[in-house]
Amino acid sequence: MELPEDFRFTNDHEWADDQGDGTVRIGVTHFAQEALGDIVFVELPAEDEEFDKGDAFGVVESVKTVSDVYAPVSGRVVEVNDELESAPELVNDSPYDEGWIVEIEMSDPDEFEELMTADEYEGFLEGQE
Amino acid sequence: MDETEELDFVPLHDRHVALGARMVPFAGYSMPVKYGKIKDEHHAVRSRAGLFDVSHMGRMEVRGSDAIAAVDRLMTNNVEKLSDGRALYTVMCNESGGIIDDLVIYRLSSERLFLCVNAANRDRDEAHLRENLQGDATLVDRSDETVQLALQGPAADEVLQGLTDAELEDLRFFRSVEADVAGVTMLVARTGYTGEDGFELYLPADDAQTVFDALLDSDSPTVTPCGLGCRDTLRLEAGLLLHGQDIDESTDPLEAGLGWLVKFDSDRSFVGQNSLEAKREQGLKRRLRGFILRERGVLRPGYAIEIDGRSVGELTSGGFAPTLEASIGLGYIDTDCDEAQEVDIAIRGRTRRADVVDPPFYKRSS
Repeated sequence: MELPEDFRFTNDHEWADDQGDGTVRIGVTHFAQEALGDIVFVELPAEDEEFDKGDAFGVVESVKTVSDVYAPVSGRVVEVNDELESAPELVNDSPYDEGWIVEIEMSDPDEFEELMTADEYEGFLEGQE
Repeated sequence: MDETEELDFVPLHDRHVALGARMVPFAGYSMPVKYGKIKDEHHAVRSRAGLFDVSHMGRMEVRGSDAIAAVDRLMTNNVEKLSDGRALYTVMCNESGGIIDDLVIYRLSSERLFLCVNAANRDRDEAHLRENLQGDATLVDRSDETVQLALQGPAADEVLQGLTDAELEDLRFFRSVEADVAGVTMLVARTGYTGEDGFELYLPADDAQTVFDALLDSDSPTVTPCGLGCRDTLRLEAGLLLHGQDIDESTDPLEAGLGWLVKFDSDRSFVGQNSLEAKREQGLKRRLRGFILRERGVLRPGYAIEIDGRSVGELTSGGFAPTLEASIGLGYIDTDCDEAQEVDIAIRGRTRRADVVDPPFYKRSS
């Protein structure tokens, strides 16, 4: 699957998409959803919860495994994707779009710029093989 | 096991890889966990037919004029009651009644028993058997020279009948027969670990690919290759226990709900009998129950089971059940909570409500 060009990525396989208003939308990558397999449950944080970069803010459970999802940037949760409560499989089917997990208002926008670009993440994935 | 330890390959390893399987280490073997999606494979077995390579299981024979009596003495279930072509499910206990393994025993003749044991326990089982078999009874390991395929699902019968002259209609549950399938002579048994009708096939390793491909080639009804991932979700729905998780040497068959496998007949005695009789006299301290999560989330082994904030046990198995579209689990709870109809399960620091039920969670119709 093609990586969305403007997104930024972490080495834990989360993505962050700058919404242009100081918030970023966050999800897990195609690589992550494929490694997890059929996702059956997503544990979402509450709105207004605050996280530091690298904190586990949610949990994704597949038929076989449990995986934490880590905040790519520090900030406060302004929106969660409620759709995932009834349709967790959206993370598998549409990891970069309908399967987004939260939106976070960044407390330090520089952190976003430090994340891997699509090119860098692609190189990172190749190094993983 | 140690990750750096060399994994063994089953004879069909390359075939699994060619089919796109994700291979994972399991009990010392590299085994297919899934070929596509676990959920799809699960539904294929419930609705049509799935084919599993379960050659990692341990297979052995006990031969000799005392084979039956010698094995019977080591099993809680009554092996002497078997006739040729019949099989039984049993546990093998230590002196204190702890479960060394659960296994299926097929009687091939009055001097030959065929045993199918859990992969992880093969060495332990063989050592225990060799040490304790009495009289004219010799153990022969047949794991490496044979493969074991499981064809499971409501259409398994139709698929297999297309490849054999044996009258499968006459082969009832827990019976076995020597038959030719796809031109290969093998032991065909109506057994399985999925809660569906189906067969387990024990055949020479050299013929593995011929038979595996012949079964997969069936197109009406179609046969889906299935990995160990859905084997676990299927067996959990069917309330079938997994040794190493739900039972082990620290649990006994009575508390595990396997009392039906323990035959305290007056005319036989078996290893662990005295301990199990004493446990039965004293009454059980805990009992294996089933749990269905009422809230969102997934049950996993190790989660604490609580009633009014008091810990009453721990889950031994848990997962998402594709047929039920719910999260289910197994675990032991104290018998003084026998009446409890609901419990709390601690999931990552929060508690969630679960109903207490007696397994199985799923029972096939018909």
